[in-house]
Amino acid sequence: MVTNMPNAALQTAPTSTIKADIRNFNFFYGDFQALKNVNMSIEEGRVTALIGPSGCGKSTFLRCFNRMHDLYPGNRYEGEIVFHPDNTNLLAADVDPIEVRMRVGMVFQKPNPFPKSIFENVAYGLRVRGESKRSVLEEKVEQALNNAALWNEAKDRLHEPAYNLSGGQQQRLWAKDRLHEPAYNLSGGQQQRLCIARCLATDPEMILFDEPTSALDPIATASIEELIDTLRGKVTILIVTHSMQQAARVSDFTAYMYLGEMIEYGKTDDIFVKPRDKRTEDYITGKFG
Amino acid sequence: MALPDTAAIRTMVQKHKRYDHMFAILGLLCLMVGLLTLLALLVDMGMRGIPRIDWGFFTEFPSRRAANAGILSAWVGSALVMLVTAAAAIPVGIAAGVYLEEYARKNWFTDIIEINISNLAGVPSIVYGLLALGLFVYQFNLGQSILSAGLTLALLILPVIIVATREAIRSIPGQIREGAYALGATKWQAVHDHILPYSTSGILTGVIIGMARAIGETAPIITIGALTFIAFLPPVPGTGEPPAGMFDWLFSPFTVMPIQMFNWTSRPEEAFQVNAAAAGFVLVFMTLAMNGLAIWIRYRLRKNLKW
Repeated sequence: MVTNMPNAALQTAPTSTIKADIRNFNFFYGDFQALKNVNMSIEEGRVTALIGPSGCGKSTFLRCFNRMHDLYPGNRYEGEIVFHPDNTNLLAADVDPIEVRMRVGMVFQKPNPFPKSIFENVAYGLRVRGESKRSVLEEKVEQALNNAALWNEAKDRLHEPAYNLSGGQQQRLWAKDRLHEPAYNLSGGQQQRLCIARCLATDPEMILFDEPTSALDPIATASIEELIDTLRGKVTILIVTHSMQQAARVSDFTAYMYLGEMIEYGKTDDIFVKPRDKRTEDYITGKFG
Repeated sequence: MALPDTAAIRTMVQKHKRYDHMFAILGLLCLMVGLLTLLALLVDMGMRGIPRIDWGFFTEFPSRRAANAGILSAWVGSALVMLVTAAAAIPVGIAAGVYLEEYARKNWFTDIIEINISNLAGVPSIVYGLLALGLFVYQFNLGQSILSAGLTLALLILPVIIVATREAIRSIPGQIREGAYALGATKWQAVHDHILPYSTSGILTGVIIGMARAIGETAPIITIGALTFIAFLPPVPGTGEPPAGMFDWLFSPFTVMPIQMFNWTSRPEEAFQVNAAAAGFVLVFMTLAMNGLAIWIRYRLRKNLKW
């Protein structure tokens, strides 16, 4: 169903469908207001980057989309995050945070695979949804690993080629062997791609990336950025990054946040080339941050 | 700028390092006090007791003649009491720990519970004995039985298991927990699939340390009325007339290893002192074996956890 060609779906995607509308949104840690009256619309199938100096509330904002803040006491949302096409307000009192997390996947700052096998890591989201059929799990795991470009990685590290197998069979064989190895045997970048595969396995509508490359080296970072590029058009992506270059490289839209406010939001090219707000300009030109 | 005075810096560093050496020596001395005492005790007990330990020592009942006396009823009693203790304390302790860490809201009520659990671990064991005498023996009419003793010791080690469970759960990185929740897991799914499996090593360590403490306890067991001289075994578990008879062993009178030791040390004859030393050696060996098991389990399970 999904091809590996970058931007393949983008060409066929209808121009600018809105995936989420954020309206009059405020967020409080106890008495402290961390986000102030945020309004924005996020386009479906595009990559939207949140940038800003540390403590500006970009991660806090990101974690509202899967109601991560509900895990801890004393946090409070105000306003709406409305998901389309079903117009569900993710923050509504009668919407269970677990329901929201079924629709919105998340990739964390540091790779956080479970101390289980590669297979079990990717299959876990499906298991949580009650899927227990081995054949279905295997198919979905393979597909997700493929989409996260981990399946290919496998091929290069096959030590003893079985000469009478085709390339595809070799890959399969390798992966079959390695699938049940602990996820911690993978390198940091591979672990992060495993975490992305874990998200992809359940076909989420949106994936949240919380500084996904801050713990990785430049080569692993490039592979994650490449992967994000291949996901463009297939899933709506929201990415928090402290690197302006990364935002410029991977995103279609960029939002600049400062002290809990959304200062400027628009096409990435516009934000970086001709920012309207003085504060945005100061930040992207490196005057502070 | 003045040139650095290398000689002065060296003297200063040397002077400061003297405290390093002093503390290292002091620490080693303190360590030796504990270790040597334990070693001396073990050697003394072993020298006197080991020659007495033979097959008959484990298969004979206590007797008026020291040479014929054995620890059969004591070690069987200890084993059965431990069985009841484990069956009661492990599920309750783990469940309480998981509840406090994962489910309970953090407020003044859970704060009070938390403080009290830590305090309970420091309550003298005789107090548990008195509680059990009133509650299990008389109120619930369980008698001076294996069941009463097992439940008493379970109460005693419950705080140890709860604290160990909570510590083990807390050592799981927050991002692993968040990773599970982010995939849409419910609390129960997160606990069942992740939190319990990843904290097993810590929990088991706590369980075994608790059990090792329970096996050596004397005071609460005497308080609830364990006998000091017993020349019969409780029914083998599960052999009585079903269904109720299968649990007859729970209500049997009993004795345990430390009580047998206590009994022998209070006799005037020298031969009984040797018996006591031998029984003590067996008991210490059992405790050390349990602690060794805890270390091994922790090592085995932690190997698979890297974060």
